[in-house]
Amino acid sequence: MSQPVVNVVLAGLGGQGVIKASDILVEAAFGAGFDVKKAEVHGMSQRGGSVASDVRFGQEILSPMVPPGTADFVVVLSEDQVELARTHLKPGGTLLTPALVDPQTLPHPRSLNIVLLGILSAALPQIPRNCWIEALHANLKEKVHAINEQAFDLGIALAGDHQVAPPA
Amino acid sequence: MNHPERMLLSGNEAVALAAYQAGVALGVGYPGTPSTEILENFARLGGHAQWSPNEKVALEVGLGASFGGAATLVTMKHVGVNVAADPLFTAAYIGASGPLVLVSADDPGMASSQNEQDNRRFAVAAAIPMLEPGDSQEAYDYTLAGLRLSAEYKLPVMLRMTTRVCHSKTVVRPTPPTEKPAAPHYVKDIPGRVMIPAYARPAHRRLRDKLTKLEKSQFARDLLTTYGPQDAKLCIITSGISAVHCREAAPEARILKIGLTHPLPMEAIEEFIDANDFTDLRVIEEGDPYLEELLRANYIAVEGKPEMYRFGEFNVGRVRRILDKDRSPEPPPTPGKPPELCKGCPHRTVFQTLRDRGCIVAGDIGCYTLGVLSPFEAIDTCVCMGASIGVGLGLRHVLPEDQARKVVSVIGDSTFVHSGLTGIAEMVYNPPPTGHLLLILDNGTTAMTGQQEHPGTGRTLDHQPTGKIVFEKVLEAMGVEQVHVVDPWGDTEKFEQLVDSCLASGKLSVIIARRPCILAVGKIKEYERLAQATACTTCGDGGEG
Repeated sequence: MSQPVVNVVLAGLGGQGVIKASDILVEAAFGAGFDVKKAEVHGMSQRGGSVASDVRFGQEILSPMVPPGTADFVVVLSEDQVELARTHLKPGGTLLTPALVDPQTLPHPRSLNIVLLGILSAALPQIPRNCWIEALHANLKEKVHAINEQAFDLGIALAGDHQVAPPA
Repeated sequence: MNHPERMLLSGNEAVALAAYQAGVALGVGYPGTPSTEILENFARLGGHAQWSPNEKVALEVGLGASFGGAATLVTMKHVGVNVAADPLFTAAYIGASGPLVLVSADDPGMASSQNEQDNRRFAVAAAIPMLEPGDSQEAYDYTLAGLRLSAEYKLPVMLRMTTRVCHSKTVVRPTPPTEKPAAPHYVKDIPGRVMIPAYARPAHRRLRDKLTKLEKSQFARDLLTTYGPQDAKLCIITSGISAVHCREAAPEARILKIGLTHPLPMEAIEEFIDANDFTDLRVIEEGDPYLEELLRANYIAVEGKPEMYRFGEFNVGRVRRILDKDRSPEPPPTPGKPPELCKGCPHRTVFQTLRDRGCIVAGDIGCYTLGVLSPFEAIDTCVCMGASIGVGLGLRHVLPEDQARKVVSVIGDSTFVHSGLTGIAEMVYNPPPTGHLLLILDNGTTAMTGQQEHPGTGRTLDHQPTGKIVFEKVLEAMGVEQVHVVDPWGDTEKFEQLVDSCLASGKLSVIIARRPCILAVGKIKEYERLAQATACTTCGDGGEG
């Protein structure tokens, strides 16, 4: 296979924007022409409890759920969920946590999800920037487009600082 | 119409799109995870969609539409089919005039349900055809196929989805049908639709003949899909989402995926097995051993799964374990943070009050079931929609007086309309000696499933004003002795006093604890503002709202 499957797990607490972030990621990968699948559990678990969303993309995706312990990337929006979410990670996988972002620098208090997507995007050169921006626009209200693009770019800058890069 | 070639849709969105493109004239249902988004999306696309007070009524409205010749979609979660079972079983005898697809959204693993019943059993028991899609493309295709099947065989068809099929987003390439259904028009058929015994006896025979014909049909064969190498020794027979788990877990296997899982196209399955040189025949299915039992009853020596895999949903790892016959204990799922009642949720003060008084609380289905968890632990029973009232009354009838006086039933507003009114009839008709207290937690929305409207909100599925059931008037009219309305959050003291006085009174009492859901309150205000603005414009006052 020329394009291996990329497995991403996004995790956090209900209300933090985990599902929104995974909607944007899966749509960006879809826009880049990949086969994609996304799975998560809705419902009662949303109310302040742990939430996780699986996104997979590549040439052909079968199961929509990331098999246990095979995530290339785990993106966590809540510090107290890091240990739980880490169990999805494959050996040598990349863990992105709120610790990478100084909360003082957030363009908006609720934009951590988009900043972390920006960091993730630096490790996924197979998804061109325009696909990310289109996915951001498609999933967010117009009046917050600019501030979220700022958040996304902050993530890209932070990726450089933290040397988050495509897997070798 | 221009249809994009390639779309990214959830299974629920795919069902809605297919139904809309196929010309479904009416979509009806009751909200329930994981089915809720189907009708919401159908309405968004421009379809005529309605929430009914419960699933039984939804199916009855759907049947009426079908009898009138219209293409109809009825949606509910798996336990909703229990509520709709009464019309369902006889609907099969009568059959469909306009095509009718009933979506049953099952919840293996119980992401948001009180049980993990396998509704493939319903298809057998009610004798209706069942299709099982495994991803959004199949959800789209099988909705269209179900409507075609229903039209051709004049039978209601069940589309059995599961949580992951409903909610996962996958790629769909829509193929909109070019033919539109005929316009609704009533054609009289008294022996066909009036199920008195004399007409029902031949109807039952007609039904069985239809199923036999369907079992042997090309239609059923066309819904068999195979994957994997031709020379494989391992054969996996499967359906629904399990197929993609199998393909990933066992690329070495030849996989037979069955799309029509009732009636099973047994001849075609046997031909497939006979034409190959398999040494290992396995069935991989979530939930009950449904395919396994049917295949074995037909002398096909398949091996199913160990009992431990009946519980919960599948993933690639669990499928691999089953294939490896691994019966070692599975690692327990890492416990996450449990959900909780929202900060500022008006239910919080209710459960504090009940906890502090040591009440025995017969609970119900909704967000407020979270009152069972710490720090409240103030719910003692939860069975099904509406059970709080009957269960509370039963407890009151038999417990010693000091305990009976502490029994309280608690029900939400949407659940009250769904199944609470018959409980009130029971309460008035068979009052316990100590009386009873029911709390209706009226937060103005079906909060649990994502803030859907219901007859008690006075707004339709798409939030337009309509007739409204006013609970206090209904309760008084039904003969409840004491009916109070109070804001349990804004006036907690008064709420507590009312609970105490009602419990002490020995009378039949209902307290409507009314305050909007903290998550919905902004939207509710906006709907009310829009409704007022529209009303002013239509009555000629020219107001701005």
